[in-house]
Amino acid sequence: MSRLSADVAVVRGSFELDVSLAVSTGEVVGVLGSNGAGKSTLLGVLAGLHLPSRGEIVLGERTLSSPDGSVPAYRRRVGLLSQQALLFPHLSAIDNVAFGPRSTGAGRRAARETAERWLAEVDASTLADRKPAQLSGGQAQRVAIARALACDPELLLLDEPFAALDVDATPAIRSLLRRVVRATGVTTLMVTHDVLDAVVLADRIVVLDAGRVVESGTTTEVLARPRSAFAARIAGLDLVPGQSCADGLKTDEGTLVAGTHPDPVDDGERAVALFAPASVAVFRDEPGGSPRTALPVRLAAMEPHGELIRLRAAPRPGGPDWLEGLAADVTPAAVAELGVEPGEEVWFAVKAAEVTVHPAGR
Amino acid sequence: MSRVPRFLWLPAALAWLLVAVPIVGLVVRVDLSNFFSLVTSEAALSALWLSLKTGLATMVLCLLFGGPLAVVLARSQLPGLPFIRSVVLLPLVLPPVVGGLTLLFLLGRTGPIGGPLYDNFGITIPFSTTAVVLAQTFVAMPFLVVSLEGSLRTAGERYEAVAATLGASPLTTLRRVTIPVVLPGLVSGSVLAFARALGEFGATITFAGSLQGTTRTLPLLIYLQSQDDIDGAVAMSLVLVVIAIVVILVTRTRDVR
Repeated sequence: MSRLSADVAVVRGSFELDVSLAVSTGEVVGVLGSNGAGKSTLLGVLAGLHLPSRGEIVLGERTLSSPDGSVPAYRRRVGLLSQQALLFPHLSAIDNVAFGPRSTGAGRRAARETAERWLAEVDASTLADRKPAQLSGGQAQRVAIARALACDPELLLLDEPFAALDVDATPAIRSLLRRVVRATGVTTLMVTHDVLDAVVLADRIVVLDAGRVVESGTTTEVLARPRSAFAARIAGLDLVPGQSCADGLKTDEGTLVAGTHPDPVDDGERAVALFAPASVAVFRDEPGGSPRTALPVRLAAMEPHGELIRLRAAPRPGGPDWLEGLAADVTPAAVAELGVEPGEEVWFAVKAAEVTVHPAGR
Repeated sequence: MSRVPRFLWLPAALAWLLVAVPIVGLVVRVDLSNFFSLVTSEAALSALWLSLKTGLATMVLCLLFGGPLAVVLARSQLPGLPFIRSVVLLPLVLPPVVGGLTLLFLLGRTGPIGGPLYDNFGITIPFSTTAVVLAQTFVAMPFLVVSLEGSLRTAGERYEAVAATLGASPLTTLRRVTIPVVLPGLVSGSVLAFARALGEFGATITFAGSLQGTTRTLPLLIYLQSQDDIDGAVAMSLVLVVIAIVVILVTRTRDVR
């Protein structure tokens, strides 16, 4: 477990990746970007599978790559978990997990004990003697998580770890990964194009576009108030932080945001409620009716957003800070009908069915 | 059956018969009453033993040198790779006699390598068992290299990359990941190379001659006997056919799995 600092460039034909980033000890950083943004290239360079064209990578006290030379992948203690589990097909699940410890010098018995411990950690003890061909995608990915962590890596790289899973298997594996990554405190860099992965796993987000870092900040900041056009396109979601509760999420000062829980999350666990600005309705007076959350806000700004108009909220005097920047996308006709101006007090309402609550943060 | 156009059946049947009928003819022609004594004659046993011995030695040489060559062809980014690969495939299309001649010119007592070997160390390679093994390796090598390179390419480098991130050194990765993953290709390639070595005639007789117990392998003995003792030749041929069928069965069943 160490601090990572990387300042690297990779040139491949006309594509150039030029990234400088740091991940603190035990921090989980999400790298967001569309396909071709250079995310996987970045991970390959950090893992030592590709050589950077120039630059320096430092992990803890060790320089992994510099103009003077490069530490080979197998001496880096950098673990990599990809979309595909890539379990060795000729080894059983437990031998796959024991592979890392065995390769780094542990005895047969010690490696097996480590492997058993990690299989238990990912709830896969019953799969120990199965061959990879006999495992489902989700089961294989559990074993792959155990295998990556059983080597006790100083840095864990996650390359779209849920992209190849069934939709049904994703939530369970995502919360499992969140749990083990938090429990080990391993410094982690995850690349993904799915905002939800970043919300659930990452402390901080770096947005990569065309090989450059265009934005970085805490997950909530970047996703709720994206500054780059690219981040706005992939994110632009309304986020409300708080604690998970039976009916949805309770904010720190006690507001209930009604919603559903697609990922397993315990009551009282830190979480965020997510909803799309287009699912927010705006009223002059407090609305009643179907199970929905109505938030009293002050209208801060109105801006065109495609064919809709995006209304930005701010807290009313004495109201909670998290209302700042909350967005509602409504039609021009609805705005005309409401007849509201920035500065006026309105209500933002969202139905429980439109809100999902996910575990997030520490 | 319904998928095959009707007009293809006749040529397909002829093609199959072209291979099958001579084999059946061979079996029918075998003099069963003397079969056992024919295949256990001193000349036959010594040829069979020499064939198996040199075939195995050839297989080991193919593995030791062809295996690494397959890895280089599948994994490296050497500039002239297509050229290197076509040279490896040359023995597949070259008449074996030509292969034998080139070896003779190279390693003969007056050849560019054979000359110094003889002058300095008194080593003569042609017309020895070593020459048999070299001639067989020359013709059998491509079978192993092609088969193994195909397996390596199919497996890809993904598993090796994962092994490296798990802390496995290149040697550990080769031993515990690459070789087990390509094992089916490695086995079928080795068996094919062994089978090709067993059947080798042209390169062997040119480079190694036909000395009983030293260089007269089974195909050479069969050719020799076919001149005067046709019954013996047929009986020995049947032995080779049986060995070949066993080899094909072993590799085919592995491929299907």
